[in-house]
Amino acid sequence: MRPPVPSSLVLLAVAAATLLGACGGCGEDQAAQGDPRTVKIVSSLPRTGSANAQTTTMVNGIRMAIEERGAKVGDFNVVYEDWDDASARKGDWDPEVEAANADRAAKNPDILFYIGTYNSGAAKISMPILNRAGLAMISPANTYPGLTKPGLGEPNEPGVYRPSGKVNYFRVVPADDIQGRVGAVWAKKMGMKSAYVLDDRGLYGKGIADVFAVTAEEIGLKVHGHEGVDPKAQEYRSVLTKIKELDPDLVYYGGTTQTNAAQIAKDMVAVGLRAKLMLPDGCFEQALIQAAGPQNLNDRTFVTFGGAPPEKLVGKGAEFVQRYREKYGAQPEAYAVYGYVAAAACLDALARAGKKDREAVRQALAATKQTDGALGAWEFDANGDTTLATMSGNTVRNGQFEFVGLLSGTE
Amino acid sequence: MEAIGQQLIIGLTNGMVFALIALGYSLVYGILELINFAHGDLFMLAAFIALAVLGALGGTAPGSGLAAALWIGLLIVVASVFGGTVNVAVDRLVYRPLRNAPKLAPLVSAIGVSFIFQNIGLFLGGLPLDVFAGGTSAAAPKAFPELLSNENLLGEDSAFRITPRHAVVFASSLAVLILLYILVRHTRLGKAMRAVAQNPLAARLMGIDADRVIAATFFIGGALAGFAAVIYALYVNTVDWRMGYQNGLYAFTAAVLGGIGNVGGAVVGGIVLGLVRAASDHWIGAQWQPAVIFGMLILILVFRPSGLLGTGGREKV
Repeated sequence: MRPPVPSSLVLLAVAAATLLGACGGCGEDQAAQGDPRTVKIVSSLPRTGSANAQTTTMVNGIRMAIEERGAKVGDFNVVYEDWDDASARKGDWDPEVEAANADRAAKNPDILFYIGTYNSGAAKISMPILNRAGLAMISPANTYPGLTKPGLGEPNEPGVYRPSGKVNYFRVVPADDIQGRVGAVWAKKMGMKSAYVLDDRGLYGKGIADVFAVTAEEIGLKVHGHEGVDPKAQEYRSVLTKIKELDPDLVYYGGTTQTNAAQIAKDMVAVGLRAKLMLPDGCFEQALIQAAGPQNLNDRTFVTFGGAPPEKLVGKGAEFVQRYREKYGAQPEAYAVYGYVAAAACLDALARAGKKDREAVRQALAATKQTDGALGAWEFDANGDTTLATMSGNTVRNGQFEFVGLLSGTE
Repeated sequence: MEAIGQQLIIGLTNGMVFALIALGYSLVYGILELINFAHGDLFMLAAFIALAVLGALGGTAPGSGLAAALWIGLLIVVASVFGGTVNVAVDRLVYRPLRNAPKLAPLVSAIGVSFIFQNIGLFLGGLPLDVFAGGTSAAAPKAFPELLSNENLLGEDSAFRITPRHAVVFASSLAVLILLYILVRHTRLGKAMRAVAQNPLAARLMGIDADRVIAATFFIGGALAGFAAVIYALYVNTVDWRMGYQNGLYAFTAAVLGGIGNVGGAVVGGIVLGLVRAASDHWIGAQWQPAVIFGMLILILVFRPSGLLGTGGREKV
């Protein structure tokens, strides 16, 4: 038998863990706490790892919104803290860190707004914690429909994220299901008459493909069939040969580069399918072109992307991009403007509520109605979703993605 | 009718690739009763090596028919020698020390080797070569240059589609399978392999160097995986660090289907699996593919536990 670990060692470890855990960040919170005129906004975004480029630009957007108002709303001084929900161990967002961030924010009465998260999976963790605390949460980047929309995710969604029954979660980006809708409308506008829908059977891919299929039927785009494929299959020639017999104008694949979208593009060419291919934003990355080979995508591939690229923003949005470039000396990434708009919505809500009270600012945030913001005119619907449905359409030309135009979900 | 014909072509072509990989499982199992779970990932590694060689030597643009043929020949030689050598090395380092250990020990080691291979594949994918897209995304699938043309040999208007890819995959696989059959049936080495498979102890008593025969078997199995990797890459045009898993699983299924340990069985199993896969995608639905394939496997094993061509006796290889 192996000797047990000496109990003194265990005690020491426990003591050390308690000390570390208790003081990890509590000092700073307490220092500022209690001043009735200080309001805190925190963001919880993956600052370590591969998402860093996107989150840095979002944080820049948040800082710009606050600085433009001199960090003051009425009598309140606004303090912003940039929290990381990633860990070096995972190199990506970490459920434990996100849960710890949410707990820490819930317990600090100075914090009135929680901007985050970047990953929909992370939002699933912090949403119920913040909901119980009645703390308003606003995401500049989550696109998974189930977070807010009944019937589009798991059966218990989104109720499971709202234990208190109130809606405290808002997002300024259009959710994925809009992409399916926009894609179908776009296909019809391009003169296509029929489509065949495939998906990777994942939460993201199937969700979008379902909406595409439903919308297509609605607007008179014939759907020959809809089926899920194995995202790890080596090739798809048999199923594409079957589709070839039906001769649709378009194949829609609800999936990502990681779930073999590139292989589908290749095999479409290999079996001699004349249909075009349309893909959602999970494929909007250079890796798709590298994996498929440009010759298999050029002039026959369409990719939708949530929101407009920075260089295509107009009005206040274009002004934002201009100011961003002057301040940071670089073109903002796609999500920067969403960080900016999310923070601006928080500040407006605080101004309208006029008091340091979580419930009052939550209600004010829910009543947000922008007429001429950086993203144009929009408001939050009853689920906390933006009414914005502008997307951009892209195609592949000469081995590069090329912007085609702004798309909307209406004919 | 056209659809049946086309699916037949697709099924046969895929079936040939499955058969080539299945043979690697079957040969080793026939001799050692070891299921070499690392075999599928060896196939993957060989494909990476082929792509790396192609990229490093600048053969990404397919030239004329002759140039492409030379490239393909070179890749087949490199990948086969690589596959064979690595397989022999793994046997020498991992399986041979466990020859007298309980059967589970080499089996679990094989699973371990499979994970090691996958990580090497991930590492190779991150090398800063143009063919790996500069190594920026190690885990992303890599495009394998299209050395074989995709034009329809029957004319672009024909309902059937037979391209040089189909023709090369089918013809070269068939040639290799015939060579292998001759090797196992009509050479001294083949005789020795069959002898060791039947009764290792008796074979040793007859003066056969069993370890050398086992090493030769591993080399042949690995070389077949290397050959299959090039053929597969030419046909599917993708190299991915995960490709060993599913191809390996299907090939293993094909080997069991045909009767594991039996050379003809592996080929029949591979082709049946390829055909069933195509038919299932066409008439049942792509989402049912794994269910149909493994359902068929269970059915066949219930009625013929030793597989389609298995005899159930000691006659293996």
